[in-house]
Amino acid sequence: MSVEIPEGLRYTEDHEWLRVEGDEGVVGITAYAAGELGDVVFVELPDVGRQLEKRQSFGVIESVKTASDLFIPLGGEVLAVNERLAEHPELVNDDPYGDGWMVRIRLADAAQAGELQSAADYRRLVEAG
Amino acid sequence: MRQTALIDVHRAAGARLIDFSGWEMPVQYPSGILDEHRAVRQRAGLFDLSHMGELWVVGSGAGEGLAAALVTDPPRLAQGRAHYSMLCAQDGGIIDDLIVYRLAEERFLVVPNASNRETVAQALEERLAGYDAGLDDASLRTSLVAVQGPLAAGILARLTDIDLAGLRYYAIAEGHACGVPALVARTGYTGEDGFELFVAWDDGPPVWQALLDEGAGEGLVPAGLGARDTLRLEAGMPLYGNELDRDTTPFDAGLGRVVKLDKATDFVGREALGRVAAAGPSRRLVGLRLVGRAVARHGSPVHRPGEEEPIGVVTSGAPSPTLGVPIAMAYLPPAEAEVGTMVEVAIRQARAEAEVVALPFYKRGAA
Repeated sequence: MSVEIPEGLRYTEDHEWLRVEGDEGVVGITAYAAGELGDVVFVELPDVGRQLEKRQSFGVIESVKTASDLFIPLGGEVLAVNERLAEHPELVNDDPYGDGWMVRIRLADAAQAGELQSAADYRRLVEAG
Repeated sequence: MRQTALIDVHRAAGARLIDFSGWEMPVQYPSGILDEHRAVRQRAGLFDLSHMGELWVVGSGAGEGLAAALVTDPPRLAQGRAHYSMLCAQDGGIIDDLIVYRLAEERFLVVPNASNRETVAQALEERLAGYDAGLDDASLRTSLVAVQGPLAAGILARLTDIDLAGLRYYAIAEGHACGVPALVARTGYTGEDGFELFVAWDDGPPVWQALLDEGAGEGLVPAGLGARDTLRLEAGMPLYGNELDRDTTPFDAGLGRVVKLDKATDFVGREALGRVAAAGPSRRLVGLRLVGRAVARHGSPVHRPGEEEPIGVVTSGAPSPTLGVPIAMAYLPPAEAEVGTMVEVAIRQARAEAEVVALPFYKRGAA
């Protein structure tokens, strides 16, 4: 399987990715998840300022066929959401690790990122189906 | 899970396969549901429908027997023509919706939904008792391939000896297509012009390949059940299990015109359906056009604005690729079912505004 899983990001079993930038983190869903969902038509994102607990649902992603919850990999405060997704939800399919990002949070404890899956771990999970 | 003769073709094409009524079927190909949907609206799409049932009813009493079994009047069908029909229970509830084709004076083809094939076969077996009519379930030796879209006729015409220009909507002809014996019907479930090809089980893959080879240059693509669902929803066509079920009558679904209460033959459900026709249904199937982007789905409650208690329920919902907004079908009380009525659909923790609109959402040639 040749699905894109960049090194340097951390991953969850729910197919979110986290990019740690100092004490902040950027979150989106993986290319594998976007592919499984199919055409994304709507992303419901949280209000800026909201406090999220690790693994709490922070929004919903809707494809043509289905709606799925989004879970935050680590706890923290929402600093920004990707406003472009309101008009261009297809960015999640086109560029899941770039323009398709979803939220930026201030990490309550950036050190916990080490407990999330590495790219190699996540690839094993995906390839195991 | 059962597989159609085309399973390897779907796998090779990279289809995402799902369990649909016990069949392993493609829900989408790699280009995605939106692309497939648009291809069918603008060019052409190719569907594997081999999971659907093919029940042959043959004999001097076949027409009369079907008239007693179904809500329509098959003896009135001309040879080579078809109509949409339903099999109802004694209480008027819909057991399945189906298409009846008349191939010859004493030879009819009934095409039920895959999920109801065995139920329909059993009910027909019972209801045809006493008529000179034999039932032959050919479902597992028949492949069904549909080519749908504005370019479908042009593509298929180059592959068949059947005169497609002379084949009207809801007509069927016997001949050859893609090099094999075929029944070609001008029917479909997409709201576009198109054809359904009934061929021998093993002829499914060569027929598929021939259509793909012939049409790919003009933009024909394989399309899965996902696109089939958004296409039929835009076209306002009901899906059994969503809009139609045992607790729904044809009148609830706005399909009362299908029921021939005045036909000569007495039929199962006539008395109950006559009562519903006289009194009017207690709910009506409506179209909803939603405000915003959140998508109403099967089961979403529908409310009067600001009210707590639901007044109805969504039966099907999807983002409409053609209209660019979420659309849905729902059952509402007759008083709330007028076009222009504003309602609210509960989607997760929020309410989405929706307007009752006329069905279908999309009509070919009108866009």
